[in-house]
Amino acid sequence: MSGSQTMPRWADVLLVPLLSLLLAFLISAAVILAIGEDPWEAVKLMVSGSLGSTYGWGYTLYYATNFLFTGLAFAVAFHAAMFNIGAEGQATMGGLGVALISLMIPWPHWTIALLGAMVGGALFGAAWAFIPAWLQAKRGSHIVITTIMFNFIAASVMTYMLSHVLRPATSMDPATPRFPAATNLPTMSEILAPLGISFSRSAPLNITFFIAIIATVGVWVLIWRTRLGYEIRAFGKSGPAAVYAGISPVKITVIAMLISGGLSGLMAINNVMGEAERLVLNSVEGAGFIGIAVALMGRNHPAGIAVAAVLFGFLYQGGAELALWTSIPREMIVVIQALVILFTGALDNMVRVPVEMLFRSLRRRS
Amino acid sequence: MDLLTIVQILESTLRLATPLLFACLAGIVTERAGIFDIGLEGKLLISAFFSAAFAYYSGSAWVGLLVGILASVVFSILHGLASITFRGNQLISGVAINFLASGTTVVIAQSWFGQGGRTPSLTGDMRFGRLDIPGVSALADVPVLGNIAQIFTGHSILVYLGLLFVPLTWYLLYRTRFGLRLRAVGENPAAVDTAGVSVVRMRYAAVIIAGVLCGIGGAYLSTSLAAGFVREMSAGRGYIALAAMIFAKWRPWQGLGAVLLFGMLEAIANRFPNLDLGIITIPNQFMTALPYILTVIILAGFIGKAIPPRAGGEPYVKER
Repeated sequence: MSGSQTMPRWADVLLVPLLSLLLAFLISAAVILAIGEDPWEAVKLMVSGSLGSTYGWGYTLYYATNFLFTGLAFAVAFHAAMFNIGAEGQATMGGLGVALISLMIPWPHWTIALLGAMVGGALFGAAWAFIPAWLQAKRGSHIVITTIMFNFIAASVMTYMLSHVLRPATSMDPATPRFPAATNLPTMSEILAPLGISFSRSAPLNITFFIAIIATVGVWVLIWRTRLGYEIRAFGKSGPAAVYAGISPVKITVIAMLISGGLSGLMAINNVMGEAERLVLNSVEGAGFIGIAVALMGRNHPAGIAVAAVLFGFLYQGGAELALWTSIPREMIVVIQALVILFTGALDNMVRVPVEMLFRSLRRRS
Repeated sequence: MDLLTIVQILESTLRLATPLLFACLAGIVTERAGIFDIGLEGKLLISAFFSAAFAYYSGSAWVGLLVGILASVVFSILHGLASITFRGNQLISGVAINFLASGTTVVIAQSWFGQGGRTPSLTGDMRFGRLDIPGVSALADVPVLGNIAQIFTGHSILVYLGLLFVPLTWYLLYRTRFGLRLRAVGENPAAVDTAGVSVVRMRYAAVIIAGVLCGIGGAYLSTSLAAGFVREMSAGRGYIALAAMIFAKWRPWQGLGAVLLFGMLEAIANRFPNLDLGIITIPNQFMTALPYILTVIILAGFIGKAIPPRAGGEPYVKER
C-alpha cells in the first residue's frame, strides 16, 4: 500500500478510500434498484432515521462505539502484520468476563463496577487472543486460521455457559439474570440531563462512548508515540529487520495480540453492561467482523477508524430503519459492508493504480 | 448403542461429510496454487441459494445445480480478480466474499420469494432423489452385511459424485502435468514463470475449479440435504472444510478422512445432544467445537506439523 511517492498524501489518505467507498455505494444502489426500491428514497430514509433525531444519533453512536473498539483491535494487530479475524470471539469472551464481574461481585456504585468490568472484559478478551498469539509466535500456526477457529470455539463456550451454568434455574432463556442495578451504566440522556440537554431516553448510547474515545486516543499514542508502538510498527513492516534491531518477535506478536484482544473484550462494556444489562447469546452481533471493514476503511489509523466507525454506525442504524419502513431487508447492510471491505480492502489496487497513473501523467505535463 | 443406531450415525456421517468434502477439495486445489481461500463458506452459501431458486423455477435439480455452480464460479472469479489481477489481500477478499454471500442471498431471496429470506420448499424432481445401489436391496435381510450396505446406499447422487472427486482430485494434482504446475505455482511461482508457464492462468484455473467444487457442495446443501434454501444455511461448513483441509495437510485422500471424522462428530452431536459416557456427560457444544479444537492442535504442530504451500497468500509479481 505504498505509493506516497507517486501521488500526494491527501490522495492516498482521502481520495482513494472515498473513490472505493463511492464504488461500493454505487453498486449497493444498483442492488436496491434491482430489487425494485428507490435508492434515493432509501438514502433519505437512512439519513433521517439515523441522524435526524437524538434517538437516531443515540443508536448510530452506540453502534459506532462497538465498531471503534473492534476496529482499533484489528488495527493494532495489523500494525504488527497480523490479521486478527478473531475480534468476534474475543468480544464474546469479553462479554463473559463483564458478566461474571457484574454478577459475582456486589458492587456499591457503577463507577467502580465499570472499572471492574473493564478489567474483566479486557482480560477475558486478551486471554482469548493469547493462545492464537502464542501459537503464532512459538509454533508458527497461522493466526488467521487459529483466530477463526477460536471464534467458533468461543461461540460454543458461550452457548454452554449460558445454557448450563449462568442461566437461572427458573428460566428457559439461555441468558444470565439481569445485572444488579448498581452496575447499570448511565445513558447519554442521564449524562446530558444535568447540562440541560435533552437526549432520547430509549437510545442505548451510554458512557462507554467516552471510554471508546479515550481508547482511540490511547491507541494513537501507543502506536505513534511510544517505544512499544514503534517496535510494533517496525516488526509489522519487516520482521527480519526488527529482529536485527533487537526486537523480540515473540514479545511483539504476543503483546500486540493481547492489546488487540483486550480492546475487543472492552467492547462488552458497551453492548453487555451498557445496553442489554445481561448476557445473551450472540451478543456481539458481528461487530467483530465489522471491525475489519472499519479498520480497512480507516487505513488502520485511529482518526480514520473513528470516521469509519461512525459511518458504519450510520449504515447499521439506517439499515434498521430501512428494514422497518421498506421491503429492503436488514441484510442489505451486510451487502454494503461486504462491498466496502471488497473495494477498500481487497480491490484497493483497482482504484489506486489508475489514480496513481493519473497523478503521474499530471506531473509529467507540468 | 445398538447396531441400528451405529448404522444410522454412519449413514448420516456420509451425508453430512459431503458438503464438507466438496469445499475441502476446493480449498486444497486453490491453496495448492498459492491462493488462500477463506471464502469457501460464501461460495457454498451463494450456490445453495441459486441452486434452490433455480431448481424451484425450473422444476429440475440439475438446472439448479448448474446455476449454483455458475454463481459460485462468479464469486471465485471475483476472488481471483482481487487476489491475482489486483494483487490485493487474499484474506480480506475471502472475508468480503463471505459477507457478500451472506447478505445478497437474503436480499435476493426476500425480493424473489418474499418468505423471509428463504426459498419455497422443493419437492419431487426439484431435489436430487435417492440413488439405490443396484443389488443392495437383496442384501437387506442378511444380518450384518445388510446393515453395512445400508450405510452406502440410498444417498443423493451428489454424495457419490463427491466420493468420486477424491481420486479425481488426487489424480489431477499428482499425476497430470497441470497438477504438477499447479502445485509448483503454490510453492515457487517464479520458477514456474521462468519455465514459461503463466502463473496468472494457473491460479485462475485453480480458483475456478474451486468455484465449481464449492458450487456442487452448495447445491447439495439446499437440494439434497435440505429441501430448499434458508438463510445462513452453510452454517460455518466452509470454515470446517478449511479446518479439514489443514487437518489433511492439503492432501485429497486425507481430506476425505478429515471430513468423515468431522461429519461423524456432527452426526453424533445431532443424535445425542448430550453424550452420556457413564462417568461424565459430554455436552453438545463440546462436540460442535471439537473440529475447531482439533484443528488448532494440529496447527500447533503437536500431532505432526501442518505446513502450508510456501507461496500461499503471496500475490505474484512478475519480474521485469
